[in-house]
Amino acid sequence: MSAGYRGAGQRDEISFGNLGAEPLPDKISQAAGGASPAIATSGLSKRFRGGQLAVDSIDLAVSRGCVYGFLGPNGSGKTTTIRMLLGLVQPTSGDQELLGVSMPAGANTVLSRVGSLVEGPAFYSQLSGKANLARYDAADRTADRRTAEARISAALDRVGLLSAARKHYRAYSLGMKQRLAIAAGLLGPRELLILDEPTNGLDPQGTREVRGLIREIAAGGTTVFVSSHLLAEVEQICSHVGVMRTGKLVFQGTLEQLRGRGATRILVRTAQPARAAEVLAGLGLQDVQAGQDEASAQLGEQPPEEVCAQLVHAGVPVAGLATPRPSLEDLFVQLTGEGFDVDG
Amino acid sequence: MSTAEASGPAAEASGPAADLTGTRLDPVRQPGYRAGPVIHWIRFLCSELSLIFLRWRNLALLAVLAAIPVLIGVALKLSASPAGGGSGQGPAFIGQVAGNGVFLALLSLTVLLTLVLPLVVAVVAGDSVAGEAGHGTLRYLLAIPAGRTRLLGIKYVAVVIFCLAACGVVTAMSLAMGAALFPVGPVTLLSGTTISLGAGLLRLVFVTLYVAGAMAALAAIGLAVSTLTEHPIGAIAAVLVLALASEVTDSVPQFAVVHPYLPTHWWLSFDALLRSPIAWPELLHGLTSFGIYVIIFGAIAWARFTTADVTS
Repeated sequence: MSAGYRGAGQRDEISFGNLGAEPLPDKISQAAGGASPAIATSGLSKRFRGGQLAVDSIDLAVSRGCVYGFLGPNGSGKTTTIRMLLGLVQPTSGDQELLGVSMPAGANTVLSRVGSLVEGPAFYSQLSGKANLARYDAADRTADRRTAEARISAALDRVGLLSAARKHYRAYSLGMKQRLAIAAGLLGPRELLILDEPTNGLDPQGTREVRGLIREIAAGGTTVFVSSHLLAEVEQICSHVGVMRTGKLVFQGTLEQLRGRGATRILVRTAQPARAAEVLAGLGLQDVQAGQDEASAQLGEQPPEEVCAQLVHAGVPVAGLATPRPSLEDLFVQLTGEGFDVDG
Repeated sequence: MSTAEASGPAAEASGPAADLTGTRLDPVRQPGYRAGPVIHWIRFLCSELSLIFLRWRNLALLAVLAAIPVLIGVALKLSASPAGGGSGQGPAFIGQVAGNGVFLALLSLTVLLTLVLPLVVAVVAGDSVAGEAGHGTLRYLLAIPAGRTRLLGIKYVAVVIFCLAACGVVTAMSLAMGAALFPVGPVTLLSGTTISLGAGLLRLVFVTLYVAGAMAALAAIGLAVSTLTEHPIGAIAAVLVLALASEVTDSVPQFAVVHPYLPTHWWLSFDALLRSPIAWPELLHGLTSFGIYVIIFGAIAWARFTTADVTS
């Protein structure tokens, strides 16, 4: 059902038919064909010892096979959430499941099916790229020693680092380090890949490469959960988004639903803006405004062609008609607040 | 059955992921694959040991341990030639070395136990968990998942092996120097009995193991401290300060009541092995003390490490 999913290009063709405006975990799991969701949390919270509530009762629902963008400004609790998902940080309250297995109790069984990149790459600087992967592979009790060599080479090849395999990690560029971290997540067959800011610190070429890699991995059927504060990045690769703001999940759904949230306006260019505004108000549209040579209003549920017909019928000379939708960035800022250090 | 279902996307995918999937069968779904946890344990331990023993810093520390017996041997050779044996000053065994090179090993161990051996062990033990945390590699090891208890166990075993190596280097180097510079022959024990060279060397092996046991107890303290911080230098310093404070306390007669409970108090009791018959009570006291320290601090390390939030 989702194996053919290829990221942004086909985003619109995927329908999660029964996914309502308020996505619920069980609904999403139904949409994914009955398999347990890749990630499901309920009331997941973390209060650090200082008293700071880093994550405030979030209900994540990530269905299998999707590319889920986890958005939010810096400090909104994304990384803490990811650390809880991976069993690095104990939740203060709430439940969480990865691939249908309860965490952190099932960490030792389920995490071997999950690849991860948490808060940037971390490797042994004195070792080569290859030796670093061998080190992590040796720590995995489900990894077969006999196939290690082949799997390490395959993972390095996948991220384009095969030629630099014997180079010391400390000699790697930032982009290479980032790619090595992704390779570490690909040492075994993974059903879920959790990537925290995978393009952080990368140049445009590196960002493109990583995006391509994520699409490719998702095309292979692996669920990808990718956190980012870069909207453009999420827009290009994700089918679903969750938006965090100061520890709360303020939106969760498909990218289309996020777009749909923004109230679309209708904008009429005309020589008689006052007359046009009257007609718009007469049609029951909200927030009618009349300008120098244009009138606008919230479109609501009205079909724009109907409004146009009414305008023409009323004798308004319509020079142009547009239904601009708010950009994702506007929506994002609406959800997460404006400016620096929004909520202290 | 449900796991087979869950494996759907990854196992059936024909995309690029299949290239990876194809290279091995997923062990999670292979019944009986987990039958060999020992093999995985050994593989992880080997990886850990190669990290410790291929690190330049640790090799330099071992080189220092190897160099000190050479220095002591040469110094004794130069000073002992005209005057003969020492006259009761200085550390134990110093007087016997000129007569029998085997005693250079005992002298070296005694001298190194005051500072250098604890320092070397503190560096490696203090760095064990804190170093991984400081590098950020700890979060990846745990997300793999290496398993917290398993990781801690591997870390400790690897550090204990390093302790053995450190003590072994001192003994081996001292023996080599002792044989090169001084006569070697039947060993006269502290109780006055003389045993053959072979039996003497066997006793020396036991002494080395005993000292390694003392260092393993210190390493357990180091491991516990190491789980408390993500700054390896802090952990190393703390362990060293603890060891030195214990040694100082041990040398103040007014604190005699606490002496037997100090971690360093029994370190030099290996001379119990150099008597005939062996002074078992003292030896067992020492070994019990080490064992208790390993248990207490191992438990602290475990309790801390298996519940701590990893935010590094």
